[in-house]
Amino acid sequence: MIVKVYVTLKKGVLDPQGQAVQKTLARTGFEEVADVRIGKYIELDVPDGTTTARVEDMCRYLLANTVIEDFRVEGVGRP
Amino acid sequence: MKFGVVRFPGSNCDDDALHAVADVLAPEGATGQILWHKEHELDGCDVIILPGGFSYGDYLRAGAMAAHSPIMGAVRAFAERGGPVLAICNGFQIACEAGLLEGALTRNASLHFECRDVNLRVEGRPTPFTGAIPAGRILRMSIAHAEGRYVHHDPERLEKEGLVVFRYVTADGAAAPAANPNGSVANIAGVTNARGNVVGLMPHPERAVEHLLGEGGEDGRRLFESVLAAARGTPARVGA
Repeated sequence: MIVKVYVTLKKGVLDPQGQAVQKTLARTGFEEVADVRIGKYIELDVPDGTTTARVEDMCRYLLANTVIEDFRVEGVGRP
Repeated sequence: MKFGVVRFPGSNCDDDALHAVADVLAPEGATGQILWHKEHELDGCDVIILPGGFSYGDYLRAGAMAAHSPIMGAVRAFAERGGPVLAICNGFQIACEAGLLEGALTRNASLHFECRDVNLRVEGRPTPFTGAIPAGRILRMSIAHAEGRYVHHDPERLEKEGLVVFRYVTADGAAAPAANPNGSVANIAGVTNARGNVVGLMPHPERAVEHLLGEGGEDGRRLFESVLAAARGTPARVGA
């Protein structure tokens, strides 16, 4: 099964990439965009029955740096 | 005193670091060797250097994969025994990812690859790499990085505990925003751990060990001389 992991910068951590994208949007007619935050999307192909706890272990171990990033796991059938 | 320079796939300042110790500081009793990232032992080295570069392509995050490479288990055990570890640039990123140092390093606020000389003020508690440098001394070294913005949720605590060991400053020693090349919190360029034996910094001391090379002159040499002096048990000031 495919598990989806979203890794995003924690609130309050400066995202200069997001700022650059927001500025470009604002400059090119999308003034309504107040803020942009850029993150990572990771797909993992894992055996059926893999638990959320197992995937969260992977996130804390390698996929996210929890000093500056949050993560969210989707697509796992079991807690 | 034997320095071990870890070579990760993508390290590119490993030979410079080895040259700094094994050639330039040979008259002061330094020897050195490369340690391959797949090794599990440090071959009796007395000091470990995690050098700059782009380990494992810096995929995912700078230093993320290298922090889990086979040799890092031995480096962690060495650090826990109090062994001196100097983590430079990508090495600093690796040390933070490995949890040897607090905080994290991420994209420069400018989004540019910043490549220039900077002024660093030596401060904080004495470490093996700064103990013989007078506090407040300003050192000139080069930086070359895109992901050197130091992030920490509580820089005041780091400061209070003396864990900030290098700060970006102006030529006259002011930690002003203009002297901050990457947007690091509180102009922090380098930190140490609670025990004070692991030191990480973004600037490159190994590139400032010979007058022939660059404006920094020999300022970077003071870090290596400091650890040599500590090993000799002579806490004499270096570079006076």
